[in-house]
Amino acid sequence: MSRDGQKIDRRKFLKGAAVGAAAVSSTAISNAQDQESADHQHAPSDIALRVKALETVLTEKNLVDPSVLDEVVDRYENRIGPQNGAKVVAKAWVDSDYKARLLDDGTAAIGELDLLGTEGEHMVVVENTAEVHNLVVCTLCSCYPWPTLGLPPTWYKSSAFRARAVIEPRAVLREFGLEVSDETEIRVWDSTAEMRYLVLPRRPEGAEDMNESELADVVTRDSMIGVAIL
Amino acid sequence: MNSIHDMGGMHGFGPIVVEVDEPVFHEEWEGRAYALSIGWFPASQYKEWGGFRHNLEKIPPKDYLNMSYYERWFFVNEQKAMQLGLVTEEELNNGNADPNYLMPQLEPHPDSSLGSGRLDLEINAKFENGGVVRAKEINGRAHNRLPRYVRGKTGTIISDNGIYALQDTNEKDEQPYDDPQHVYTVRFSSEELWGNASHGNDFIYLDLWESYLEFA
Repeated sequence: MSRDGQKIDRRKFLKGAAVGAAAVSSTAISNAQDQESADHQHAPSDIALRVKALETVLTEKNLVDPSVLDEVVDRYENRIGPQNGAKVVAKAWVDSDYKARLLDDGTAAIGELDLLGTEGEHMVVVENTAEVHNLVVCTLCSCYPWPTLGLPPTWYKSSAFRARAVIEPRAVLREFGLEVSDETEIRVWDSTAEMRYLVLPRRPEGAEDMNESELADVVTRDSMIGVAIL
Repeated sequence: MNSIHDMGGMHGFGPIVVEVDEPVFHEEWEGRAYALSIGWFPASQYKEWGGFRHNLEKIPPKDYLNMSYYERWFFVNEQKAMQLGLVTEEELNNGNADPNYLMPQLEPHPDSSLGSGRLDLEINAKFENGGVVRAKEINGRAHNRLPRYVRGKTGTIISDNGIYALQDTNEKDEQPYDDPQHVYTVRFSSEELWGNASHGNDFIYLDLWESYLEFA
């Protein structure tokens, strides 16, 4: 659905920005819709320079510490991601007491696994069942449970997803390849305050013999947002 | 404020485009821009996320739509650093601090926090589970967390999540008002929100501060 090297116009949004040549995207993007393409991470060539300039100047003034920035990048690239949420889900699947605690007080139960933190201090876990399918969105910005899922994918931050998830969730899910029957209730959770939402997907059929660690490996990010089932 | 960030229910954005095996950061600058937002937060004079979000929302709509997520984050940080006088446009163009420029000595905001706004206070709750409420019409230019698509609409309280500082800002100083109050999860039917475009088995849940709600 995406293609490389899509040429785009330079975005002129800052007076005084460093002058640069017309930018060519270096990342995989799609422009299925022109107005949508800005949601993808194609950078004007000068933004890398501007980011570097701001970091350098603030560093020289002792207002930021680059080693702290290194640590933040490393944390989200290498240590915090959907594998954390997958541990929560797998534990709930094999431990019915834990599952009960998780659904009753997500914050406390996720805290047992030491998986709370910035943008995930207050957790609510919503369970998919035969009767109910849950979908998480943030229409106002892109709130997302960082400690359990990491930073959100581009599509989650896209205008299309933010706009459509609340008005036509079934059409959105269909685009993800998920057909939800009319008899199934859909619950869309718009993350407007400090609660962050994690979907507890249904345990896949054929996984009866798997242990907790093996189960965690089959849990996907998308299933914990609610745009996929397992 | 009523601007482009409040996207719930809008048409015209096309299909949802999914990038397979997407990296956390596509380019190095994205990671640095993200980390910078976290790393300089105390120096930025923001108290909580509310002021930062307000600045994102104040990006003119046509620019907002033309920027990627991390471009927006970077843009508001760059603007804020200049507005505070911590950096000058010349310094940013040169890529180095000017030793002859005396920046204001700003103490980090004393209450600056990227953490929870939950407060351990005893405040009586106005609403209870099962209560039917209506979201108020709040249309000021300041920041709030009440999307347009639920204003004036009626829903049902399904939980009381405790006491949180209000994130709404005074437009002038961009700091949250605090004003601790209960935050409730409210269930709205698709039918109530979307009428002819609704599905009878869809329900939308929002977490709303008490002052956004009134008895229906």
